Amino acid sequence: MSILVIAEHDNAELKGATLNTIAAVKAIGGDIAVLVAGAGCSAVADAAAKADGVSKVLLADNAAYEHQLAENVAKLVADLGKDYSHILAPATTTGKNMLPRAAALLDVQPISDIISVESADTFKRPIYAGNVIATVQSSDAIKVISVRTTAFDAVAAEGGSAAVESVDIADDAGVSSFVGEELAKSDRPELTAASVVVSGGRGMQNGENFEMLYKLADKLGAAVGASRAAVDAGFVPNDMQVGQTGKIVAPDLYIAVGISGAIQHLAGMKDSKVIVAINKDEEAPIFSVADYGLVADLFEAVPELEAKL
Amino acid sequence: MKVLVAVKRVVDYNVKVRPKADGTDVDTANVKMSINPFCEIAVEEAVRLKEKGVVSEIVAVSMGPKQSQEQIRTALALGADRGILVETDAELQPLAVAKCLKAIVDKEEPQMVILGKQSIDGDNNQTGQMLGALTGMGQGTFASEVVVEGDAVKVTREIDGGLQTVELKLPAIVTTDLRLNEPRYASLPNIMKAKKKPLDTTTPDELGVDITPRTKTLKVEPPAERQAGVKVADVAELVEKLKNEAKVI
Repeated sequence: MSILVIAEHDNAELKGATLNTIAAVKAIGGDIAVLVAGAGCSAVADAAAKADGVSKVLLADNAAYEHQLAENVAKLVADLGKDYSHILAPATTTGKNMLPRAAALLDVQPISDIISVESADTFKRPIYAGNVIATVQSSDAIKVISVRTTAFDAVAAEGGSAAVESVDIADDAGVSSFVGEELAKSDRPELTAASVVVSGGRGMQNGENFEMLYKLADKLGAAVGASRAAVDAGFVPNDMQVGQTGKIVAPDLYIAVGISGAIQHLAGMKDSKVIVAINKDEEAPIFSVADYGLVADLFEAVPELEAKL
Repeated sequence: MKVLVAVKRVVDYNVKVRPKADGTDVDTANVKMSINPFCEIAVEEAVRLKEKGVVSEIVAVSMGPKQSQEQIRTALALGADRGILVETDAELQPLAVAKCLKAIVDKEEPQMVILGKQSIDGDNNQTGQMLGALTGMGQGTFASEVVVEGDAVKVTREIDGGLQTVELKLPAIVTTDLRLNEPRYASLPNIMKAKKKPLDTTTPDELGVDITPRTKTLKVEPPAERQAGVKVADVAELVEKLKNEAKVI
């Protein structure tokens, strides 16, 4: 079997999500080719060639792919993908945007957001906001799959020495164009890639109080997240939301501050290795998933925690 | 211009679903069904575009059992003009849904199709993108803002790490994210009026679409339960446990 992995990158760097996706591919087994589609992205192809287990890198370097427009990249993926048994991409917003479009071009029903590989055609995936796990078998000739990256430990970024081949296809569907991008800038690690996450909820009371969490996070080298309640209340921007409809995280340590623990929030963080909850309501559902619960006023506990670290 | 909005009948978001005892499927007997929340946002967006004078007609489409009429009526009460039900009791997977929608797009020729980004039952997040592939239209997925300008639409999308804006030639596809708008409540007079709005019924067969499932669900099960841990007395004990017991700091 030959398996095609679609690399996640920003034309400069290969994103870690790609390495988690390769881990899922290794669980299926077979030769691994990685497609790097972008513009001016040869450094990314070189990085992908070094990843553990990769046997070939396909580099499609063309202006049409610069911003990962789904209309263009999906066509390329469908063109190249018909020679493979499986096509996998990380279930990031880029992967989710592009992959189903490629699958439909191949007349394939894709399988979204897998959390385990049972066999070459059978996978587990969460449904109903993670309240149910379904085991799904595909009968399509090509399996098109997006991977929940937090469910697979990344393969090593170094150690491989795959050849890089250029792909001479330039698909510009001509129906979409990139206008602009507004990315949140931060010196802290990215939420989905951080090994420690500190999140605040409605208990933070306002946006200014999140400053306390930023300080704690900086001491821990952590990313800062928020519950949907905190986002809906306007305390912080929505790209900080952890939960079923926000980001799914699974860090080594997750510290939930002033978060009650609604189902939709738990769905986004319950696979964290160690969960700490700080909440003054001892009945809060968050304590039922926390390894360590501290019933306390967060406005006293958080500064004290920061001072003691 | 004409807008097509897709609406799905799903288990209400307040219901906590459980697998059946035999693990074959989710138990949906006697549970409350509603319009998928993301689809409701799609209807609201179409109605707002109509109120702005950009849109002249809104057609709400649903697929599934006869009872899906209820969700179409909800859309009509919110402001859609007429409905189409593609009736079937068979399982419908996203590829089949996209093919049925494609057949309706061919007939209705809308300038825009607005769908929810995902349904809260299957959580697939596929149908809009697949309809894009089948129709060749551009797609603005996970939209938080939709602005129609002449024969194009600018869609601001919620992506990992921030926002991205793309411009799509019309006709185009938009899938909605949570923050696109806050849907209104249907007023009682509008609910009454909705009962008189036209609702046509067709079937996948009549549309010439093969809906044979491509994937099979072998088993459904509850997720591994996480055990509650211990309560610590104070911050000092918490730090001690994290350092020496959990070894994460």
